[in-house]
Amino acid sequence: MSKNNERYALLINYEFCTGCHSCETACKVENNLTHGQWGIKVAQDGPRKLENGKFEFIHVPIPTSLCNLCEDRVNKGKLPSCVQHCQAAVMSFGPVEELAEKISKPQMVIFTPV
Amino acid sequence: MWTGPGCHNGCGVIYYHKDNEVVGIEGDVNNPINQGRLCMRCINYLESTNHPDRLKWPLKRIGERGENKWERISWDEAYDIIVEKVRDIQKNYGPESIVAMEGTGRNIVWQVNYLCYSAFQSPNFTLGFLSGDSCYMPRAAVEGVTNGDFFLVDCSQQFEDRYENPEWRAPEYILIWGSNPLPANADGFFGHWIVDLMQRGSKLIVVDPKLTWLASKAEYWLRIRPGSDAALAMAFLNIVITEDLYDHDFVGKWTNGFDALAERVKEWTPERASSICWVDKDTLIHAARAFGNAECAAIHWGVAVDMSVPGVATAQSLNSLVAITGNMDVPGGNILVQYAYGQGLAYNYGFENVPEEVAVKRLGNEYPLRQMGFGANAHEDAVLEAIESGKPYPIKMLWLQTTNPIANMAGEAPRVYAAMKKVDFCVVVDLYMTPTAVAFADIVLPAAMSSERWGNRNWYTPLRTITKVAEYYEAKSDEDIILELGKRLQPEFFPWKDNKDWYDWIMLNEAFESGMTFDELQEKVYSFPKFEYKKYEKGLLRPDGEPGFNTYTGKLELKIELYEKWGLDPLPWYQEPRESPYSTPELFEEYPFVMTTGNRAYEFFHSEHRQLKLNREFHPDPIMDINTEAAAKLGITEGDWVWIENRKGRFKQRARLDEFMDPRVIRAEHGWWFPEKEAAEPSLFGVFDSNCNNLTSMCDNGPTGYGAPYKNQIAKVYKCTEENSQIMPSTQVTRLGGFPYVKK
Repeated sequence: MSKNNERYALLINYEFCTGCHSCETACKVENNLTHGQWGIKVAQDGPRKLENGKFEFIHVPIPTSLCNLCEDRVNKGKLPSCVQHCQAAVMSFGPVEELAEKISKPQMVIFTPV
Repeated sequence: MWTGPGCHNGCGVIYYHKDNEVVGIEGDVNNPINQGRLCMRCINYLESTNHPDRLKWPLKRIGERGENKWERISWDEAYDIIVEKVRDIQKNYGPESIVAMEGTGRNIVWQVNYLCYSAFQSPNFTLGFLSGDSCYMPRAAVEGVTNGDFFLVDCSQQFEDRYENPEWRAPEYILIWGSNPLPANADGFFGHWIVDLMQRGSKLIVVDPKLTWLASKAEYWLRIRPGSDAALAMAFLNIVITEDLYDHDFVGKWTNGFDALAERVKEWTPERASSICWVDKDTLIHAARAFGNAECAAIHWGVAVDMSVPGVATAQSLNSLVAITGNMDVPGGNILVQYAYGQGLAYNYGFENVPEEVAVKRLGNEYPLRQMGFGANAHEDAVLEAIESGKPYPIKMLWLQTTNPIANMAGEAPRVYAAMKKVDFCVVVDLYMTPTAVAFADIVLPAAMSSERWGNRNWYTPLRTITKVAEYYEAKSDEDIILELGKRLQPEFFPWKDNKDWYDWIMLNEAFESGMTFDELQEKVYSFPKFEYKKYEKGLLRPDGEPGFNTYTGKLELKIELYEKWGLDPLPWYQEPRESPYSTPELFEEYPFVMTTGNRAYEFFHSEHRQLKLNREFHPDPIMDINTEAAAKLGITEGDWVWIENRKGRFKQRARLDEFMDPRVIRAEHGWWFPEKEAAEPSLFGVFDSNCNNLTSMCDNGPTGYGAPYKNQIAKVYKCTEENSQIMPSTQVTRLGGFPYVKK
């Protein structure tokens, strides 16, 4: 996707992704994806115990090749459906360079699926 | 507008509709509650509304009960049949022989009771065999006598500008007790607010037998033995009091009975609680200290607090903990919430329309909290006993509106099944043909979903509306069904033209403080009443306008004076579950796991959503959690189907191995039935096959009538084999008279 030749992306603050499936469901409904198909899929690590006694329990939503960054919605001035419905509010959408400036802490990742 | 296809939240949604049909849904970004966010149940709303299995018109049973044979009838015909039955029962047995039941919360907490009280003239409105009212009502009753008001974690939900509001601050600690709020969507609380607060610096203390995602992020995780919550809560009080971490100023000025409370919890040392609750002692001490030392801290509690025999005592302790640490109604603490604009419609709405001589016959009326109005509904366990014994009077009719008790709510489901079969006449109002409807209904009526009805919502703020944008075959809103039937039975109590007219009346009478009509509220969409902290200092809680709390003494009651007058213990207490590793050690050898049930999933709300392909893709089968090594000893591997059994019955679910579960504890899901399976008996959608309530008990309540051991049975686990799966539980219950090992 490009507007004014800018590349658009998703920024995910995965420290706080709870694995609630809202992004996955929103994508399936928006894009009418069939059983077994995903435009975004949540990967999970853990729970496992670290040597310092804390737990690692991470979810990272990964856009797949079926993700078109909700082009139709975005053209109407809306957010991609996964971003809008993310219950933990950990997803942002925007031009890559703007999102890169928001990377301010660990456990953040930018995806450029399109 | 607001919706809830199956939950308590009250999130804002936008519907897209065309020709009386909803064609799209998304979260409303202008809604301060959810800010555009939605859970998967709402996002997949269209599959629910347009599902081919949805009930389209009224049905009358033509075969035997359980055969699933029906004929289509008109609404008029259905009403005629019902009116004739009601009149007959009222005349020959008395109106109290009619019991009306409903499921949980949502936007239906005042309608069915109004029908029961005002149209049937019966005092016996209740929930679908929820033993001991064990969901929110024990907590609510304690809050009623202790504070006079409910409390919630201060997530700034009371302010339209939310986290930007200058008066608000994030709690330093949030103590999450017996709840996984992210999927649980409880009581007007959007669970992911907890994550919002974590992103704003709040730290967590989590009391849960399972390492949930929240527990894994907590500074302190207390892996409690299910059912021992009251002991752990008193240990928290013990540490806060003995280490002098309490707020002397608040305790001195605003509370009653602190010394008695301190004396009571003295014996609940960290050592003692640690050994009873299976919680690490140091973690307990540090967690209690962190809570006590915090500048502001709040408790978020769930049904685990209610779901034990000493449920009210647990709630009392936790309420006291909020109070003595000075966290009551302060920024970043627990805020006292009231129904928006005083629209206090609840389970007592319409009770005054029951003739006085009938009202006193309410089943369970002997419990003082109920009698004094702290709980309105009839006692579910007493209803069951009345059906079984015909005493103090027979139950002749059940009205079940959006409740599916044998799949979900009823403790000891096989016993409830046998009892319900004995009732002469049964009406079920629901969205789909449920196992409950197939098994018992004589008449089935189709209910409208939220996009097909008018409504408003006051749990707790803002006041908000539901707007009707669609229609579905002959389905009617809950309010319209009740109104149309009410007009035929007792027209003087049903003067309204339709559903919307009723809401107009409510807005002008029950929510009159808003000064708005229903239409005006619709225009505003969301309306926030003014909120103030420390209302007890400002005389905002009591009807007489004096400072203090709206309680018997005007103080926050750490020792409940009214309990003492009623012959109840006025202070918190602990009691072992009836069957447990300590109360029945020999039995525990045979059933060596403590079983907790009812953990929530994002895909489902209780017994709902099982027919939705998309939700089932995420979660096709019922899941039980078991410690990895405990499973290995039983030859159980990940994904195996296992039987879970005790003296009441058995059920099967798929094993999920978890190295962080206590090896003596298992955890099972509730609400499972299989709409894809055969509806007719003996299958009954497989409703008993995976039903954790084959193992729970009815009629094992605390002295207040509240609390039941849903979350603390003992059980054994073994692998399903072809040999031991010859007779499925649904056949056992519907055809073979129940489980042979049940000893009454």
